[in-house]
Amino acid sequence: MSTTAVDIVLNSGKDESGNDIALPVATAVYEHPLAVRICHWLNAVSLFVMVGSGLQIFRAFPSFGAKIPQHDLMDWPKSLAIGGWLGGALQWHLTFMWIYIGTGVVYLGYQIFSGNYRQVLFVKRDLPGVWPMIRHYFLFGPKPPQQEAYNPLQKHAYTTVICLGVLSVLTGLAIWKPIQFNWLVWLMGGFTLARVWHFAVMWAMIGFVFGHLVMVALHGWRNFVSMLTGWKKDAVRL
Amino acid sequence: MSRRIDPAGFSRISRRELFKLAPVAALGAFAIPAVQEKLLGWGLGFSDWMSAGLFRQGHMATVFADSDLAPFEKFPINGYDVDDPGVDLENWTLAVSGAVKKPGEYTLSQIQALPRLRQNTRHICVEGWNVIGRFGGARLSDFLNMIGADPAARVVAVSCADDYYESIDMATARHPQTLLCYEMYDRPLTREHGAPLRLNIPTKIGYKQAKYLTDLKVTNLLEKVGYWEDQGYSSFYGL
Repeated sequence: MSTTAVDIVLNSGKDESGNDIALPVATAVYEHPLAVRICHWLNAVSLFVMVGSGLQIFRAFPSFGAKIPQHDLMDWPKSLAIGGWLGGALQWHLTFMWIYIGTGVVYLGYQIFSGNYRQVLFVKRDLPGVWPMIRHYFLFGPKPPQQEAYNPLQKHAYTTVICLGVLSVLTGLAIWKPIQFNWLVWLMGGFTLARVWHFAVMWAMIGFVFGHLVMVALHGWRNFVSMLTGWKKDAVRL
Repeated sequence: MSRRIDPAGFSRISRRELFKLAPVAALGAFAIPAVQEKLLGWGLGFSDWMSAGLFRQGHMATVFADSDLAPFEKFPINGYDVDDPGVDLENWTLAVSGAVKKPGEYTLSQIQALPRLRQNTRHICVEGWNVIGRFGGARLSDFLNMIGADPAARVVAVSCADDYYESIDMATARHPQTLLCYEMYDRPLTREHGAPLRLNIPTKIGYKQAKYLTDLKVTNLLEKVGYWEDQGYSSFYGL
């Protein structure tokens, strides 16, 4: 895509002399490259499957303590899980983890080599903008002027969730291959704790997705469309 | 830098960009019942293939101090059927067959004559729990040498007194911590823990470590992989 912005115009205006002129009705910005959009939707599907099948696996032993005596943390409903039984859930989990990992690797590679990471990476420069955004979102403060595609709070959220994605893979590897990756198990404080971290990272990601969906529902239609087509329409001018 | 287009032109480029997402729809194949089982089978097979590739015979399972051991009473029994299949311990032998130079019946004392290894290792169940226990026995690799197992054979298959059956890849069978286990916590195996002989494989998930062994076969061809594997569990499941 050679251009990054367009003016969308209607040929309906008249100038002072009565001649037809092109009046802009909106502008649009090409916000999401194809690679990012494909990765986003692949990830949405694979994360859904990983969480659903992971919860079914958790149902087999819903505890982080000993087997004898077993104290269950919760009885997660089977209707909110994928796979039907432990073996089925493991098939889903061990299949979609490759799609999940592959998507993550392609995404990170693309972002780094294209330079597009600047759009979402939270850096020191974003720090001063955090508090005004919090005031705007939660304390009815004025909306701070925005120069970039994402405000500092959004960048913080996206940077965090990308780190969580990496952690979900590392904690998962530690549980799946605790001997081949015994250094990962050591870093996480042992096998039993690695399983706790894997579970905790999942809930943190669910928390992100919840907030993400709320924001899309509240005022994200144009953002939603831009994750589909790449193009984000700006405010109507006429 | 911007260019000017009319609304129809914008709709056109929007539509074109949307269609470029079509490859994502390929994931929808997983929702089709007819192909779902096959796709998940491939996924599991790929995971097993990767697992075998990641396995290193030199990577040892962590060995723990005696103070880390779970008490014997808290080591789960977890049989799939009956806890005691009623093995005749007096007349028990292990029937060895397949690609071996010396097939036949082997007694427990023949196995106990091999060098004994005792290890405190973590037993991990596919359900998610784990327990550190103390196991003693002969290295399976020593036993495979004793019976003259074909070094080129790929699989060691076992069957059990309770109709359970399992198979493990030769690389894992030859791992120095893989035991023909006849002791737990320095005492002869109790019936519910698999007397008189079970597998102890710290580099494998729990369901691969069969109890109450009766038969051992060295082979290249498997009709059945294992009790749980044939219902959909991972065949390799190395840790």
